[in-house]
Amino acid sequence: MNAGTKFAIGAVLIVGSVGYLMASGVKQTGQYYFTPSELSQKIAVDRAFYNVGMKVGARVVPGSVTRDLATKTLRFQVTDGTVRYPVEFHGLPPDTFTDSVEVVVEGRLHPDGVIYATDVLAKCGSRYEAVPKA
Amino acid sequence: MTVLGNLALWTAFLVGGWGALAGLVGGLRARPDLQQSARHAVFAMCGALLVAVFSLEVALFRHDFNVEYVAAYTSRNLPIFYTWSALYAGQKGSLLFWATVLSMFGSLALALTPRRQRELLPYVAGVVSLVAAFFLSVMLFGGANPFQRLPYTPLDGSGLNPQLQNPGMVFHPPMLYLGYISITIPFAFAMAALLSKRLDTDWLVAIRKWTLLSWLFLSIGICLGMWWAYVELGWGGYWAWDPVENASLLPWLTMTAFLHSVMIQEKRGMLKKWNLALIIGSWLLSIFGTFITRSGVISSVHSFTQSNVGYFFLFFLLVAGTASFTLYATRLPLLAADTRLESMVSREASFLFNNLLFVGIAFSVLWGTLFPILSELVQGTKVTVGPPFFNQVNIPLGLALLGLTGIGPLIAWRRASLPNLQRQFAVPVTAGVFTVLVLLLAGMRDGYALVAIGLGGFVAATIVQEFARGTNARHRQYGEPYPLALGRLIARNRRRYGGYIVHTGIVMLFVAFSGMAFKTETEATLRPGESVSLRSPYGSTYTFTHLGISQYDALNRLVTAAAVEVRRDGKRIGMLNPEKRQHVDSFGRPTFQPSTEPSIMSLLREDLYGVLGGVVNGTEQAVFRFTINPLVWWVWYGGVIVALGGLVVMWPGGGGSPAARRSQAGYAVRLVGEK
Repeated sequence: MNAGTKFAIGAVLIVGSVGYLMASGVKQTGQYYFTPSELSQKIAVDRAFYNVGMKVGARVVPGSVTRDLATKTLRFQVTDGTVRYPVEFHGLPPDTFTDSVEVVVEGRLHPDGVIYATDVLAKCGSRYEAVPKA
Repeated sequence: MTVLGNLALWTAFLVGGWGALAGLVGGLRARPDLQQSARHAVFAMCGALLVAVFSLEVALFRHDFNVEYVAAYTSRNLPIFYTWSALYAGQKGSLLFWATVLSMFGSLALALTPRRQRELLPYVAGVVSLVAAFFLSVMLFGGANPFQRLPYTPLDGSGLNPQLQNPGMVFHPPMLYLGYISITIPFAFAMAALLSKRLDTDWLVAIRKWTLLSWLFLSIGICLGMWWAYVELGWGGYWAWDPVENASLLPWLTMTAFLHSVMIQEKRGMLKKWNLALIIGSWLLSIFGTFITRSGVISSVHSFTQSNVGYFFLFFLLVAGTASFTLYATRLPLLAADTRLESMVSREASFLFNNLLFVGIAFSVLWGTLFPILSELVQGTKVTVGPPFFNQVNIPLGLALLGLTGIGPLIAWRRASLPNLQRQFAVPVTAGVFTVLVLLLAGMRDGYALVAIGLGGFVAATIVQEFARGTNARHRQYGEPYPLALGRLIARNRRRYGGYIVHTGIVMLFVAFSGMAFKTETEATLRPGESVSLRSPYGSTYTFTHLGISQYDALNRLVTAAAVEVRRDGKRIGMLNPEKRQHVDSFGRPTFQPSTEPSIMSLLREDLYGVLGGVVNGTEQAVFRFTINPLVWWVWYGGVIVALGGLVVMWPGGGGSPAARRSQAGYAVRLVGEK
């Protein structure tokens, strides 16, 4: 067997493991990303979407935010204009979190209709111009 | 000043368009007059753009709030260096900055390139002008003109986003920009070589030098970005696999791959096609990064406001990608390899695997970044992947790469013999195994961390061995004292030993990254006098005691600060003072959301990171998050060493004659193209 063939085998091994790692990575860590409307449509046809880790991208309903700093509980509602979901989050929200910003809520929708968030990412919808990284 | 600014933009755009035409036509038709004109066009464009930058800075410093850009990013009470850096804080200004820096790099490349590469220069001038003209067209026709005026004049501007008011903001974006922008120069040389069909060693030298410069800026920029995220954003980490971070990592990966594989082309005449593809790919990735940060197609925490500027970039990306790879394809027959791979156990083979790993990592990062779009196209449902995906894929690949960092430089070119392998690897392998045993005895059980630090020990030993052998050889041969021998060793073989210095920094980074596997944190609501304890991974216990809250006015903000006393195993070691800041304009009206200012105590082994979440209803009861981040300082040290190593490699004057370069390689291999 010449060096070229041996190298080809090594290359196939590397490319194969990259492919395998990527496929298994997506399978194990991929999360659905829904808007509230999409989520309500999915849940209407398939109850399997309850209790599944997902991200929901929406806007915080103005005036819906209640904070209880002592217990670090944050409750608010999110909407995409048609469907609303209440969200409950324990922890410190990011600086940019406030009324009517765009948020990405990471968590699970429980059958009681509340999204229990494990993480809340916010971006200032109107004018967030962060570090120009590129 | 906006009249002057607009005039400068238009001048630069027209001159740039002419430069592109004159350079490409002048090169292809061999018309010296046009070639000369293209060179001058780049210089003229650079001058016009500098005038534009000057006009914008004057508007910024005069607080001319009638200019929309000035009103949007500055205010009367903004500290002066942030006023300066507002030049690139927003979309429009950053485009101007891009074009200006590109024209400066282009002028430098034209002025500094030696005479024997003259044939390439008209094409270089043409490509640089074309790219700069594109950026100018976005400003002039894409609604991103920084000199646009408002129909009224606000009394004060909105000020700069508080998260950007950090010293890192003054250095991080320019460095990253310098890296991003300067990739255009090696790309321009690659295009020039393809167009002129001069595919010998000359173009390779020019491309390598510029790629190295670009790589150095990008490395520094990425490290500064990590530092900025760590000290300013308050989530307690320095890398989140955010699309924008990924965008800066992608060209860095492909350029690093190129800087390794280019050595095989220099020494063995192989991989010509691959190397050119890497350069073209790196440049396209830099434009791609600019596109995703500005278009909003991928939701990122730090993207610019959505605008149609994104379409300009997408269009440019597609056209430029198609054009450059079509040209590349037509020149493939000229890029045949001079030699073949002789053995799997050779430096060539280990460099080839290194390249596959770099490109594999880049591909997986690109894939993960684009996955939401791809999955929506294919399945109709958007699926996102986050940090767990990137870690799961890239930790094993990164560790394999770390292993090759130790193997590659020590293994012989062409074909390594068994005695060669024993001589080179006996000590380092022992060192690696020993490191793992010590860690196991110390009680470390995390698999990846053990492998990372063990491999780190192995690579570090290979590097020490190389320095020791080289120094010893000089000491024996020339009778130089050891420190002098070491200094001369590095000075006379800058590429080789500078490379080892970079590798040392990389080892430190890997070890530091693995420290994050042992991060511990706690959140607590404390009244004054109450405390919370956290056990560090090294076994000591830290106690954080909340002493009280103070509030005061600073230049442009109201500050709420907490005083937290820190004790290690009962002994007082200092204070943390995390803050909440409410920024205000010069009339005392609040601007932006309150921002968090973490307080960090950096120790050699670990960082104590305190965040003030908020104060409960005006009392002194406060919510905190305390994090112990092991080994964070080693990330910054590692970054500094990588940069220093890069400087050593780049420092002019080293190497010199082909014979000297050959001796640097350490093996008697004829350089390609050398007679």
